Amino acid sequence: MDLIKAIEREQLRSDIPKFDAGDTVRVHAKVVEGSNERIQIFEGVVLRRIGDGARESFTVRKVTQGVGVERTFAVNSPRVEKVEVVRRGKVRRARLYYLRERFGRAARIKERRR
Amino acid sequence: MAKGILGKKLGMTQIFSADGLLIPVTVIEAGPCTVVQKKTIENDKYLAVQLGFGERRERLFNKPAKGHFARANVKPQRYLKEIRFSAEDDFADLNVGDSVNIGIFTEGEKVDVTGTSKGKGYQGSIKRHNQARGPMSHGSHYHRGVGSLNAVGPARVFKGRKLPGRMGGERTTIQNLEIVKVDQDRNLLLLKGAVPGVKGSLVVVRKAVKS
Repeated sequence: MDLIKAIEREQLRSDIPKFDAGDTVRVHAKVVEGSNERIQIFEGVVLRRIGDGARESFTVRKVTQGVGVERTFAVNSPRVEKVEVVRRGKVRRARLYYLRERFGRAARIKERRR
Repeated sequence: MAKGILGKKLGMTQIFSADGLLIPVTVIEAGPCTVVQKKTIENDKYLAVQLGFGERRERLFNKPAKGHFARANVKPQRYLKEIRFSAEDDFADLNVGDSVNIGIFTEGEKVDVTGTSKGKGYQGSIKRHNQARGPMSHGSHYHRGVGSLNAVGPARVFKGRKLPGRMGGERTTIQNLEIVKVDQDRNLLLLKGAVPGVKGSLVVVRKAVKS
């Protein structure tokens, strides 16, 4: 069992900053279009982090032209170039699914101060 | 069947490929195995090497088994399995006492994996033979039972009729699994996809028949 953990540990990335549900992040994702590769930025609120170790992933939600868009990334994926934390949010639960039913002012998240 | 190795299934995980795809893999701790006996055409009328793998306390072996290993001058090992080959294969060069390790496989190669599937206990014909169920409502009264057993004419049930019974726990082979990674230092083989058996069970990894 520990050999499996060791294999998973090798895949972990240390360059990803700490962030959690409620934070606003800017994800630089590599997109392959035909033969060339470019970086696409996806900015939004983190709805959840799910899984652990090498399998951990997170979902980012943003609202574009009145349509909610959600994208899920694997935290340790080589396709994620980098993740920037734009804002720390103050939330009271780990999974922010309630944001899906809210738009505009109702979907605001307070900033966390320290 | 040209080359093969014995191993222990450790479990499953996922790894990222170079282009960022997550691949489900089964981790197998394979080898090193030792050749305990060699079967020859002259003696046995077929070609095979008997590989030994795995540790077991010395005193648990009975005398005949100890004698068998002593003859080959190797340490007693938990499992013994034969791998057959043909005269022109690399395995023909192996001699008693040689060790076989994971280096016989390369990444990207296709292999067949044989193991004992997980026991499922006594199961109905829906789970065991992929039969369909009847309607659950509208007064059907026929839900998950077996269907017709036969015509009434023969006045008996023919052998081989698919009925409920013990499922799983049998020898199963999965063909054409891709080797994702070969870890020589730790004797680990990472295969794409699932492999029969519980964690810790013995599996035989052979070169794919259909390659």
